[in-house]
Amino acid sequence: MKRAFLRVLPQLLTLAALIALVTLFFPQFLSVDYQAGRLSGPVIDVLKRGAPVALLAVGMTLVIATRGIDLSVGTVMAITGAVAAWTISAGWGVGAAIILALAAGIACGVWNGCLVAIFGIQPIVATLILMTSGRGIAQLITEGRILTFTDPAFAWLGSGTLLGIPVPTILWIVAAIATVVLMRRTALGLLVEAIGINRAASALAGVNASVLLIAVYMASGLCAALAGIIATADIRGADANNAGLWLELDAILAVVIGGNSLLGGRFSVAASVLGAMIIQTIDTGILLAGFPSEYNLVIKAALVLVILVLQSPNLADHWHFVRENVRRRREPEPSPDVKS
Amino acid sequence: MLLSIRDLSKSFPGTRALDGVDFDLRAGEVHALLGENGAGKSTLIKCLTGAYRRDAGEIRLDGEKISPSSTSEAQELGIGTVYQEVNLLPNLTVAQNLTFGREPRRFGMVDGKAQRELAREMLDGYGLDIDVGRDLGAYSVAVRQIVAIARAVALSGKVLILDEPTASLDAAEVRMLFDVIRDLRDRGLGIIFVSHFLDQVFALCDRLTVLRNGRKITTETTADLDRVKLIEHMLGHELDRASEEAATTDSVADDRPELLRFEGIGRAGVVEPFDLTIRKGEVIGLAGLLGSGRTETAELMFGVRTPQTGKTRDADGPVSHATPREAIAAGFGFAPEDRKTHGIIADLSVRENIILAMQAHRGWTRPIPRAEQDAIAEDYIAKLDIRTSDADKPVGDLSGGNQQKVVLARWLAMNPRYLILDEPTRGIDVGAHAEILRLIQEITEEGMSILVISSELDELIAVVDRVIVLRDRKHMRELTGEEVATDAIVRAIASSDHAPDAARDHAR
Repeated sequence: MKRAFLRVLPQLLTLAALIALVTLFFPQFLSVDYQAGRLSGPVIDVLKRGAPVALLAVGMTLVIATRGIDLSVGTVMAITGAVAAWTISAGWGVGAAIILALAAGIACGVWNGCLVAIFGIQPIVATLILMTSGRGIAQLITEGRILTFTDPAFAWLGSGTLLGIPVPTILWIVAAIATVVLMRRTALGLLVEAIGINRAASALAGVNASVLLIAVYMASGLCAALAGIIATADIRGADANNAGLWLELDAILAVVIGGNSLLGGRFSVAASVLGAMIIQTIDTGILLAGFPSEYNLVIKAALVLVILVLQSPNLADHWHFVRENVRRRREPEPSPDVKS
Repeated sequence: MLLSIRDLSKSFPGTRALDGVDFDLRAGEVHALLGENGAGKSTLIKCLTGAYRRDAGEIRLDGEKISPSSTSEAQELGIGTVYQEVNLLPNLTVAQNLTFGREPRRFGMVDGKAQRELAREMLDGYGLDIDVGRDLGAYSVAVRQIVAIARAVALSGKVLILDEPTASLDAAEVRMLFDVIRDLRDRGLGIIFVSHFLDQVFALCDRLTVLRNGRKITTETTADLDRVKLIEHMLGHELDRASEEAATTDSVADDRPELLRFEGIGRAGVVEPFDLTIRKGEVIGLAGLLGSGRTETAELMFGVRTPQTGKTRDADGPVSHATPREAIAAGFGFAPEDRKTHGIIADLSVRENIILAMQAHRGWTRPIPRAEQDAIAEDYIAKLDIRTSDADKPVGDLSGGNQQKVVLARWLAMNPRYLILDEPTRGIDVGAHAEILRLIQEITEEGMSILVISSELDELIAVVDRVIVLRDRKHMRELTGEEVATDAIVRAIASSDHAPDAARDHAR
């Protein structure tokens, strides 16, 4: 438990520092209202708007842990959104829309996973195929239009609340917790890390690397489908061209800010979703602080750069050094080495 | 004194890798650095070459204090290093490799002609007659090694560190390399030679320094030291007499029950079909030169490569081993030759590495409870004497011999009936060597059958009941009982009976 907390501590500190910074420019940032049965305020807004990237980051973390990457998640959002909107328009109801959209996401994941695990195509290339072709598929489903609908039950998934909390917020938190439990209460986490670090050695130890690889891409597709449903429900329409556009990059950024190595291996889903919240806090904070909009991307880039530099492994050695020195000063006599 | 090191210390979390080590290197000598794995040899070298920063102590080169903070700084000071895996670029030409980073230029462009000329000058005196315009990858490892040495000498020119330079060379190549090293010594370089091969140390080195557990044990003149004394210095205790114990077990071999029968297992271009019967508790050795099909035989048995022909059966019927998972389900285990790429999962902890095969076999839905994992890990750390500060240390931080023990522990935890060990003692020191041979004997007493692949015949003879000799991807001969002796095996490997040639002609 302590180890898990220490793992996410840098992300928590970063988030706290960012919130302090934003509060400096926009003092009401932390104020939360409760009106007409729903919570509102900038923080709630961050938790809601950050949902798609947080969901994508959950799946992306698993894929990156296997030393892969999934560039197609933004496109999969468009495809699954289109599937959901088409199903609603066709009058099949909310249940069918959700099930079909999730199934479409899983199918996309299986496609990516098979290219990577069975045909041995490099993940970045394999998922690039769906990334570029997927929007075409989404357009075929929406027949080139923006497919709008007015189903209040489905729209609730994007803009409704449960116990005052926005539904997208609940969805990403539940998805993240479920993933953590699934990974850490079973042996999946260990096996995923093992194939990410050394696939050949893991396979020789009897780990079913191919099946696991397909499974993580499926998980990524599933997370993207959930994100697609939220995005579509939120605007009550499926926009094949713009839904989830460039979000795969934010998801990868969230995973990296979460301190997960792109070279695979050890991973933390909690740190990744905190990374997603960090990105959303920056986005929302810049808007609230009232900078002219042309500065937004530059400020975002600068903040991300600062965060990544602070987390860089080369700097980590120095942090470690500083910490050791502080500790040594506190306890003047170094404990005698029992082992030698 | 060319290089003198005083009181050098370096610690890592949990271990004291070097503890007040002194070391002197004269100009014009070859000085061997010896010790078991984890003794501190590579840490010492990394402190010298600037890869690590030392915690305490001083290094003087030509009387001047130095503290290199990077390999390139060490090179400029005059300390050049050649590693076992030659750190040159095989896809560039020999000349490009030799002049890399200081290419002769003309009008701002690399002058190819001058570059080749410079390269030829650099290689002058190494007795190497090669085309410097060809890709380095076209030449043998020995030639690459000499090119690396030539580059290091030209760049640095005072101290040359050779880290396991002979590990992948054959006898003739070793002689060629030694001539080069002696020549450099006579030219006044100080050479530090790190090797596990004691014969080579005695043949080449003027003096030697032994490290153990991060401390310097002794520095002696090679000529004044005999082998037993040296091994005692290295181990700090008497060698296990594994070989004598083994000799007594041979006679009972034949009446042990049959465990597995491989019939006509083979794959085109990998290994010709072979038959092999394995008895319970038996140790079988595979001998042969590199590329003779030893590793490939193991891979076919463990399903790393799927056999195209043949079938396998045990007492209960057919056994399937087309994939590693099937082989594991059939009670097989396999500790591969290349520990780093196929054995350990470097970033996972010792505990996770040990339980990995077990966990994979149980399936992801049934995680091994943490308490049980800890118990298994502690059990094998104690049983195999794995030296680690704790079970949660990444296995990549352990020394080679301890990594090998972790891989062994992984399979022993599975309690397989048939364990394949491919070069189990490659690249590990004399002490761990003896321990692993002892382990092999202990395991078989519990009824496990073992197949050992090894290039070291002494080692094979010490542990095996039978030896299969391979040549040209074909199982040639089986030696049992009295025949299991070095000269018999060497003769079998070398024998030029024309059967295989005839078979090959026939195949064509």
